[in-house]
Amino acid sequence: MATWTPDPSFYPSPRMAMKAAPEKLAYVAAFDPARTVPDEIDVIDVDPASQRYSSIIGKTAMPNAGDELHHFGWNACSSTLCPNAPHPHIERRYLVVPGLRSSRIHILDTKPDPRKPEIVKVIEPAEVAERAGYTRPHTVHCGPEGIYVAALGNHEGKGPGGIFLMDHESFDVRGQWEMDRGPQHFAYDAWWHLGHDTMVTSEWGTPDTFENGLIPEMLLGAKYGRRLHFWDLHKRKHVQTIDFGDKYQLVFELRPAHDPTKAYGFVNCVVSLEDLSSSIWTWYRDGDKWAVKKVIEIPAEPAKEEDLPPVLKGFKACPPLVTDIDLSMDDKFLYVACWGTGDLQQYDVSDPMNPKLTGKVRIGGIVSRTTHPSGSGMLSGGPQMVEISRDGRRVYFTNSLYGAIDPQFYPDGIDGWMVKLDVAPSGGIAFDPKFFVKWPKSHRPHQVRLEGGDCSSDSYCYP
Amino acid sequence: MSEIWPWLMLAGLGAFHGLNPAMGWLFSVALGLHRGSRRVVWLSLLPIGLGHALSVASVALLFVLAGTLIDGTIVRIAAGITLIAWAIYRWHFRSRHRVRVGLKTGLMGLGLWSFLMATAHGAGLMLWPALMPLCFPSGRAPDSGPLLPAVLGVGVHTLAIVAVTATIAITVYEWIGVEILRRAWINLDAIWMLALATAGLCLLPG
Repeated sequence: MATWTPDPSFYPSPRMAMKAAPEKLAYVAAFDPARTVPDEIDVIDVDPASQRYSSIIGKTAMPNAGDELHHFGWNACSSTLCPNAPHPHIERRYLVVPGLRSSRIHILDTKPDPRKPEIVKVIEPAEVAERAGYTRPHTVHCGPEGIYVAALGNHEGKGPGGIFLMDHESFDVRGQWEMDRGPQHFAYDAWWHLGHDTMVTSEWGTPDTFENGLIPEMLLGAKYGRRLHFWDLHKRKHVQTIDFGDKYQLVFELRPAHDPTKAYGFVNCVVSLEDLSSSIWTWYRDGDKWAVKKVIEIPAEPAKEEDLPPVLKGFKACPPLVTDIDLSMDDKFLYVACWGTGDLQQYDVSDPMNPKLTGKVRIGGIVSRTTHPSGSGMLSGGPQMVEISRDGRRVYFTNSLYGAIDPQFYPDGIDGWMVKLDVAPSGGIAFDPKFFVKWPKSHRPHQVRLEGGDCSSDSYCYP
Repeated sequence: MSEIWPWLMLAGLGAFHGLNPAMGWLFSVALGLHRGSRRVVWLSLLPIGLGHALSVASVALLFVLAGTLIDGTIVRIAAGITLIAWAIYRWHFRSRHRVRVGLKTGLMGLGLWSFLMATAHGAGLMLWPALMPLCFPSGRAPDSGPLLPAVLGVGVHTLAIVAVTATIAITVYEWIGVEILRRAWINLDAIWMLALATAGLCLLPG
C-alpha cells in the first residue's frame, strides 16, 4: 500500500543514512547442506541491551527443502528518493529471498512481526524461467525501476546469465533487464553508480560448472569468469568489458562508492593462478572509459600438506580465498573476508588507489582454525559474508560460502557461526567477546541483512 | 474570459506541479549537487518548463481541435471519462517506472523527462476543465477563435510551475538541503489521482 510520507528508513544520501539508529535485528539466510530440511531466514538479536543478545530469536522455514538460500534483499530502499524515478511512498517491508539452487523466490513480510517474518508469496522456478528467461537468482537489489535480480543461468541453467526485474509491490516477474548484452555471458553480482547512469556486473560461471563444486580443471584452465561488464543503466545496453587476464579467476563482489558523485568501486578476485593470492581491484573512470587497477594483493600462506584439503595439498599453501568484501557508508573502510586463511581485514580506502591496512582479526581458517574470544573452541569455516552497520561501528560476518564448495576446502565439515566486530572510529577492529552465534548442525549461515538497511542494501542519488 | 477562476485554476495546477518533487525541482537540485553548480539549477528550469509546456499544450491542442470539429458536450464527456480512466491507470500502475533519463543527462534529456512526467501524470488532461470555459465560453468558440485562450492558459500554467519550481529548487539547494525529503515529501501523487478522478466526475454532468 502507498504511504503518506517516505519510509523512515529511506535516506537521500549515505551521509544521512549514517545517522540511523543502531540495528536491533539481523536477518541471516541459513541453508541445509544435506538438502533434507527446509532452509530458513533466521532472525538474530543484535541489541546489546537485550537479554537474548547474540542468539537466534526467530526462524522462518521455507516451504520446500533444497532451495540453498544465499543472498537476499529488500523490496524497496533509499533509491526510491531518486529524482528521475521517484516512488518513495512505499515501505521497506518485504525480504526478497531467492533459492540459488532451486530458483524459487520467496517474499517475506517483516512488518507484522519483525522477529518472525511471514512468507506471503512464493514464485515457483518455472514462472521465473518463463517470464525472465533466467534461473539461479543470486544478488537482489532495490533500484530505480523496481527489484533487480542477478541470475547465474538462463532458463535451461546454461549461459548467458543476466538480470531480471521484479515489481516492488506485486512481486510479479517483469522480465529480462538487458536490451543489448553485447559479449556478456557469465553472471554473478550486479550493482550500479546511480550518479553515473552505470550498471556494473561481474562473473562466476554457468550453473553446470559450480553446482557440484568448483571443477579444478576449469579453474586451473582459467575457464571461470574473470571480467567486469559496464552497462548504460537506463538504455540497458552493454558498453564496456574489462578482462582481468588469464591469471585471474572469479571476479565477485561489486562495491561501488556509496557517494553517487564518485565514479569508482571495489571488486575482489578470489584467486590468482600464479600464486594462489587474492586481490582487490579498484574500477574508476578514466576519461570516457572505465579502467581497473589492482590495489591490494593478499598472498597465500605456506602450509604443511597434512593440514590442507586434497584440492590444495599439491600447492603446499593456504590461499586467502577472498570471497566477500564490503564498503562502509562513508566510503572510508573496506572490509575483506579471507575465507581460506581466516583473516578479516580492514583497509582505509579514503584514497581508493592506495588502500592502507588498518585492522585485522583471525577466526577459523583452513589451517589455523582460530577460536573466538567467547571460548568457542577450534572453529571451522572462515570469514565469508560481511555486513556493516550504517553508522560503520559494527561489522557482522558468517562462515559458509556455498554448499557444494564448503567441503572442497573444509572437508571435515563446517559448523555455522556468526560473529561481530566493533570498529574504532579512526580505524581498527576487535571482536565483541559477547557476540558469538552458533547454528545447529542442520543449517549453515550465509548472507546477513540488517534491520532498516545496511552497507550493501541501499543506493543513493544525493551526495 | 472575464471570469477569473479558470485562470486561477490554471495557475494553481501549475503551482501544485511545481511543489511536487517528482515533477522537476528535485531533479534540478540533484543536477546542481552532482555538478557542484548553482548555474545548473537555474539552467535546468528551462527544459523542465519547456518539456511540461509541450506536453500540456499538445493535449490542449487536441481538445481545442476536437471542440471545433465535434459537439462540445461529447468532448466534455470524453475528457471526463479520460480523466477518470487516467486516475485508475495511475493507481494501478503506480509501481511501474521505466527510467529513461539518469543523472548524467543533458538539458535535452531533462526536457524529454519533464515531457514524459507531465504526460504520464495526465497534466494536460487536467487542464481541460479550466481551459474549456475559456476556449468555448457558452459552448461556442469566441470570434477570435479558441486557440488564443488555450495558448494563454498553457502560458499561465507554465509560468506558475516554473516560478514555484525555481523557488523551491533554489531554496533547497542553497539553504535547506535534501534531508527535508524524509519528512516533507508527502504523497502528492495520491492527491493528484484523487484530483484527476474528481475533475473527471465534475466534467461528466456538465
